[in-house]
Amino acid sequence: MIGLPAYLTLAALVFSIGLFGVLTRRNAIGILLGIELMLNAVNINLVAFARFSGNVTGLVFTLFTISITVAEVAVGLAIVIAIFRVRRTVEADRLDLLRG
Amino acid sequence: MTLETVGFWVVAVVLLASSLAVVLTPNLFHAVLYLAAALVATGVVFLLLDQPFLFAVQLLLYAGGVVTIVVFAIMLTERLVGERLVQTSRHLVNGAIVAAAVFVGVAGFLIRAPLEAPHPSQSVDTTAAIGRALFGPFAITLELLGVLLVVALLGALYFARSEE
Repeated sequence: MIGLPAYLTLAALVFSIGLFGVLTRRNAIGILLGIELMLNAVNINLVAFARFSGNVTGLVFTLFTISITVAEVAVGLAIVIAIFRVRRTVEADRLDLLRG
Repeated sequence: MTLETVGFWVVAVVLLASSLAVVLTPNLFHAVLYLAAALVATGVVFLLLDQPFLFAVQLLLYAGGVVTIVVFAIMLTERLVGERLVQTSRHLVNGAIVAAAVFVGVAGFLIRAPLEAPHPSQSVDTTAAIGRALFGPFAITLELLGVLLVVALLGALYFARSEE
């Protein structure tokens, strides 16, 4: 029988992999993909806790997280495309317009 | 080994392998395809946790919606730049150290936390319970979510509009 700690460990591993992607990718779209992985790991945690405590609130929270993530990706990619039009690059290192 | 145990390990291996591929593959387009695989594997994890409704939402919104949007963005930027986008990574060692440190921190917390919860048999239909919760105590949150989606749609249109 698979218990709660196994699911939480799996989620922690996926979260760490996503964090690694966010830290090491240069491309802004690649960074967004890493953020997707991290949010996904959080969803696994929420659903696992909801399942093992028998409480429906975690499931509702997961639904809200998924919807907000979709909105976030849409706006984030629109910003990426807008930046690309102006700067001709999506490399996060070279987007330093606001650096003092 | 019950069916649930075998399923969990298979899904865990697929999820971790595709997640690693997302952050390591040099081709951005392949990374998105691996992300789709990872999102579907997460949906199967939801199925293992007896949540078929969340599995459907995961497939529709994440694997269907997000992946489509990202593929569109990559194709648009590739078309504008006129060449294939390659993914390069930097500070691989530092990133690995930080990520491993975060995992060790979380794992250490998991070991110390009293998590030996019983495995309650969930005989109630969670889909109906989710529906009642969404339109009962969480009704205002649901309405706010609708407003947020409209705002995100307008914002995306504003950012991606053409110049004229």
